[in-house]
Amino acid sequence: MRRPRHPIARLATVAVSAIVLLPVATLVAIALSGDASDWPHLATTVLPGAVATTVFLLFLVSVGTASMGVTSAWLIVGYDFPLRRFFSWALILPLAVPPYLAAYAFAEFFHFTGPVQGLLRAAFGFTSIRDYWFPEIRSTPGAAVVLSCVLFPYVYLTSRVVFLLQGRNIADVARTLGAGPGKVFWRILLPVARPAIVAGTVLVLMETINDIGASEYLGVRTLTFSVFSTWLNRGSLEGAAQIAMVMLALVLVLLAVERAARRRQRFHTGRATHMKARPPRVVLRGARALAATVAVALPVLFGFGIPIYVFGAYASRRLDRFFSPELGSALLNSVITATLTAALTIVVALSLLNAVRLIKTRPIGALVRLASIGYALPGTILALGLLFALARFDNSVDSLARSFLGTSTGLLLTGTSAAVVLACTIRFVALAEGAIRSGLEKLPAHLDEAARSLGQSPARSARRVLLPLLRPAIFTAAVLVFVDTVKELSATILLRPFGFNTLATSVYENASRAVVEEAAPAAILIIMTALAPVVLLSNALAADKEASL
Amino acid sequence: MPFHTIRAALALCTSLAAAAIAGPAVADGVVNIYSYRQPDLIKPVLDAFTAETGIRTEVLFLDKGLEDRILAEGINSPADVILTVDIARLTAAKAKGVTQPLDDQTVNNNIPSEYRDPEGHWFGLTKRGRVIYASRERVGDEPIAYADLADPKWKGRICMRSGQHDYNLGLFSAAIAHWGEAKTEEWMKGLKANLARKPDGGDRPQAKAIFAGECDIALGNTYYVGLMMTNEKEPQEKDWANAIKVVFPTFENGRTHVNISGVALAKNAPNRENAVKLVEFLSSRDAQSIYAEQVFEYPVDPDVEPSEIVRSFGTLKADTLPLAEISANRKAASEMVDRVGLDDGPAS
Repeated sequence: MRRPRHPIARLATVAVSAIVLLPVATLVAIALSGDASDWPHLATTVLPGAVATTVFLLFLVSVGTASMGVTSAWLIVGYDFPLRRFFSWALILPLAVPPYLAAYAFAEFFHFTGPVQGLLRAAFGFTSIRDYWFPEIRSTPGAAVVLSCVLFPYVYLTSRVVFLLQGRNIADVARTLGAGPGKVFWRILLPVARPAIVAGTVLVLMETINDIGASEYLGVRTLTFSVFSTWLNRGSLEGAAQIAMVMLALVLVLLAVERAARRRQRFHTGRATHMKARPPRVVLRGARALAATVAVALPVLFGFGIPIYVFGAYASRRLDRFFSPELGSALLNSVITATLTAALTIVVALSLLNAVRLIKTRPIGALVRLASIGYALPGTILALGLLFALARFDNSVDSLARSFLGTSTGLLLTGTSAAVVLACTIRFVALAEGAIRSGLEKLPAHLDEAARSLGQSPARSARRVLLPLLRPAIFTAAVLVFVDTVKELSATILLRPFGFNTLATSVYENASRAVVEEAAPAAILIIMTALAPVVLLSNALAADKEASL
Repeated sequence: MPFHTIRAALALCTSLAAAAIAGPAVADGVVNIYSYRQPDLIKPVLDAFTAETGIRTEVLFLDKGLEDRILAEGINSPADVILTVDIARLTAAKAKGVTQPLDDQTVNNNIPSEYRDPEGHWFGLTKRGRVIYASRERVGDEPIAYADLADPKWKGRICMRSGQHDYNLGLFSAAIAHWGEAKTEEWMKGLKANLARKPDGGDRPQAKAIFAGECDIALGNTYYVGLMMTNEKEPQEKDWANAIKVVFPTFENGRTHVNISGVALAKNAPNRENAVKLVEFLSSRDAQSIYAEQVFEYPVDPDVEPSEIVRSFGTLKADTLPLAEISANRKAASEMVDRVGLDDGPAS
């Protein structure tokens, strides 16, 4: 029998996937340990509505993010209009706003007492809500608007790169053959970008599935909501884990869709790096230029402007809070946790992708894809699975140490912030893996092969050839993970040790007792902290480096 | 990426990791608290405790999975004391086996027996009435019973937060204990039909909705009114509070549903002695009046007066239904909310 090649990469993949899948496996075990006694109730009264609501929400959010993301990417790449350079990076700003904060800000902004309805009443002389109709933000469509406004940058980022890389060249050919701009967009650009749009939208949908903060605040009963009411109100962790399995099934479908999309993408992006020369953008003038500016400004105004407006107003009345030591240490904890998580996630993602590069077998590929399902589980549920697994580990180590060394090691992982970093890493591996993978797929496959045929070892080829080329993609991945970790709330709150507050948990400690305004300074800091790397990423984007995603 | 950059990044990460990982507090003169209650709310009481005893408090705020975390931590759990807001959470903690009994003369003297576990696993500290916020403009002075919420005269006029929230489930559980399941379900259907909009938000936004004219009455807890009335940072909340008056709804026995916040001794309690001191302190008059004056809750100690603002609402006649019965009906109440579709709002 032939010995398997690349034993170390194999071992590393299995070890890494085992850690990443640990909480999911624990949840499966919990789900299986329960009986089906919750199901008559779940199947008849809870799940039909929850599944329908979830699917409807996913549909609306995907339409919303895809149209906002694609339109803005298309305008930014293909046309020149006032403020284009500014918006080419400003369009990423909404990424810095956590959905739960956006939900709160939108609800305030569009409420009867908010500025919009106030203006309406002043303009038309209404006095009571009974005098006029106003769309209800606290509804499934409302939640879809909120989520779309802060999540569309994922689609913007992925489709923008495709438009940049190749759409132009094909589009120019089509235009020389007499096709109008509309026809070029619908018949050429959109089909070419479809795989990238799907990949971005899948990220958005996974975020939507795991969201609890925004949908709960807006009164939308999704599957996630039923997970919590089954667990907390009916005391059935097993039943909750069983609903989580339904969610996992949904996620597997999404992943399959994404995989199919990526397979087509590989075909399209074959020789992307050769197309460096780009013809100038179409310059828009007059009303059309104005329309383009407005079209890219609106998503930023909604997804970033409204939250900043609402929280900025509250925070401005609490300026002293910004200098409180609590907030300072929360900021420090957020930055440290996010930095560690970003670093660890990159290492995990690179080792998974390296295995895919070296070992082109189905089991390895399946394992690597499976490693990303943690992204779509609600953070609390994922963290709970991890908690059980880690605590068992801690207690085993402790009892070994007690019996052999006569001393207690206590809770090594669950008693420290290591558990938080691990949980965030497990959650966000999908994000890093996706970003680096799309960078990798844009490199010609024969680059690595050429290096190795010239006598470089696989490791040396990776270090000397691939890693330097992947630097922008790795940077993007690190930024995305950093931002998401700063925003992460539910896993952090369950797994953190005593006295360990991040910005997100400090927001929540206030927000959970319905005094979100007290949380405004921390909320503003979250947005600012998440902003710093986003701006760095934007600079890379503004320079139009094609490999940046 | 140049290799030395990676190495530098790794070194940085390692030192960050070392800095970030701080061990739990296991020392003399400390008590570790796992809390469902927001740190801000309990801080004044805990500060007073530290001032009096010199014992430091470490708080971990968690609003989901607190018992599960203690359970997972097992014999290494650092938790000494559990603080929670809802009777069902207290009984759940006992049922999951993460508490231990306490038979302490001081505590038993301070807390009336109806507000503590017969076996000493948990102790109520404050009461919160589930009352009705009614529009001053649009609702007359008539008394409103809980049963009236299903009366068609309130059609399109009621607001509330999610039926699956602890506070509402507590009320529905009490209703099941009073009326039985069948009657409660009929009532809940009536309540649903009377809703002005889909249940959402917290208790405070319900007052805001009345102020905005979206509805005329809403279910809410008493202390939010006090908190809104004294909110100097956001004075508009005073307008919301002034737009409403508190009506004490009653069951047929003429009494209002109350829930409790409470405390339990954790099973492990590595600092048990300090933990007992804390429970004793929390039941003391000093602590009880801090709750009353700063958080506007009703003290469980009948000798401690509620705050002046709270007294201005009128007199709360707390339901005499045993709290254990309320917890026992919680699952039925939660399933009923799903079955009736209360959270779907009036339309469907």
